[in-house]
Amino acid sequence: MSEQEIDLKRRRFLTGATSVVGAVGVGFVLVPFLSSWMPSARAKAAGAPVDVNIEKLEDGQLVRILWRKKPVWIFKRDKTALANLLVQDDNLVDPNNLEDQQPAYAKNVHRSINPEIAVIIGICTHLGCSPTYRPEVGAADLGGDEWKGGFYCPCHGSKFDLSGRVFKNVPAPTNLVIPPYHFVNDSLIRLGVDPKAS
Amino acid sequence: MDNNKNWIDQRFPLTKVWNEHLAEYYTPRNFNFWYFFGSLAMLVLVIQILTGIFLAMHFKPDAALAFASVEYIMRDVDWGWLIRYIHSTGASAFFIVIYLHMYRAMLYGSYKAPRELIWILGMVLYIALMAEAFMGYVLPWGQMSYWGAKVIINLFGSFPIVGELILEFILGDFAVGDPVLNRFFSLHVIAIPLILVILVFMHIVALHTVGSNNPDGVEIKKNKDANGIPKDGIPFHPYYSVKDIMGVVVFLMIFSAIVFFAPALGGYFLEAPNFVEANPLKTPDHIAPLWYLTPFYSVLRAIPPMFGSQLPGVLAMFAALLILVALPWLDRSKVKSIRYRSWPYKVALGIFVVSFIVLGWLGMQAVTPLYSLMAQIFTALYFAFFILMPWFTSIGKTKPVPERTTEH
Repeated sequence: MSEQEIDLKRRRFLTGATSVVGAVGVGFVLVPFLSSWMPSARAKAAGAPVDVNIEKLEDGQLVRILWRKKPVWIFKRDKTALANLLVQDDNLVDPNNLEDQQPAYAKNVHRSINPEIAVIIGICTHLGCSPTYRPEVGAADLGGDEWKGGFYCPCHGSKFDLSGRVFKNVPAPTNLVIPPYHFVNDSLIRLGVDPKAS
Repeated sequence: MDNNKNWIDQRFPLTKVWNEHLAEYYTPRNFNFWYFFGSLAMLVLVIQILTGIFLAMHFKPDAALAFASVEYIMRDVDWGWLIRYIHSTGASAFFIVIYLHMYRAMLYGSYKAPRELIWILGMVLYIALMAEAFMGYVLPWGQMSYWGAKVIINLFGSFPIVGELILEFILGDFAVGDPVLNRFFSLHVIAIPLILVILVFMHIVALHTVGSNNPDGVEIKKNKDANGIPKDGIPFHPYYSVKDIMGVVVFLMIFSAIVFFAPALGGYFLEAPNFVEANPLKTPDHIAPLWYLTPFYSVLRAIPPMFGSQLPGVLAMFAALLILVALPWLDRSKVKSIRYRSWPYKVALGIFVVSFIVLGWLGMQAVTPLYSLMAQIFTALYFAFFILMPWFTSIGKTKPVPERTTEH
């Protein structure tokens, strides 16, 4: 041993190379452990698309559907309600849906595929409460004549109109989220799947 | 960099610990193959703790849910099958490594003065590890979990007078059921691992206080140079840290091959009946503990009931385990290493190893008259090794032990 020169360069290279290979190995081992935290096959199955029949939905009626453990509102707006969507742009933060809170096919005033049928994830964009449905026009506790129907969040007082657009001067920063969905036929909505590109 | 080191060293003995236990911890230069298994045991402990943490995130310690939650891990959790198979293979690997580690101590007399306490701490570790493994095997709530738990827990019922009370205390019920699963889960994931980690720490502190033994059984601290460094010692780091990493690489190759290609290892690492959910109405056709517990299980079965009680068998089983603790005082030889021991010891150690392996094999077989007889013979040989040790270690001619470690 002692007669031999120690080749430091070679030693450094071998140490470095071993460390790099070891680090790569550790990286590979990390993958299964980290992925085990991602939604499991069961969680994904529970997040599968949900079909909702809206045949019997009446004007003004709202149903709450659980999709991916989130409440989704499906409700029907009459002509007055649709007309009221057009008159209060000045009071809204983002009347033209510039923020990316909806799929492209819902980027319109009524924020839906079919103007009458609204499909909205019922979770306030402030801190996640589910706002209350307050469709009655002119509700005294919500601003009287100014109130054209919409949603009121009981947690921190955020207000949204009947297409889920947020009002100014409330805690919620953005419009409510529109989930992906499409009409399988006139009376069946499939939540969670975009319409086929036509 | 140096400033940071000083800042820490004034507040925490970082450099001191590093030097005392790694960079300036002098280890005999003649370690061989048998010296891989201490560091490998630590590696397996880390593997078991890491995989265990991730399994506990998905497992449900509830008799109604446990079996399904394990299947959920196997099928639905991303990579869950891999994490579980690493954990189940790790359990058996732990015992392989520990048995080789203990055999090394017997080969080279590493339990002899001044290392008795290291041996005792190691034995407590071994017993704690058995408890840990047994409780872990109950958790998947398969047929073997259930009936294995039943058999082992019932052992405690054989004590006179208090037996029934002990049983109810352990079970928290009148039969193996949800309470026992729930408390075994708690013990398996918190209590015993904590004990294991503390004991490993003490085992190493004790080792580093007296220094490692070696294949020659020479005390390297008796021959120091002018600087007080043992002449036959080399710093643990980098010499043995690098050697141990080599061992880790080879170990992981074999370990991964089992995990990926034969996780049940033909029923030795995972028994087939355990893939069936626990059923209190039907005992599996053949019931045996996992291989690492079978030598002691054989001793249990070898002793017939006496005075209408199976207590003697139970006591013999515990005695077979506890008698190992006395090894440092039973061994009267002046020589540590097998290299310089007299022939009676070599023969006795050979018979002991064969007895242990045969008992282990018998413990996996169904009972037949021949096997019962064999179990009795090898149980007698097992105990004879310890009982006769003071005699056969003091006879025969030992070879002279060199002053310094030898090179081979």
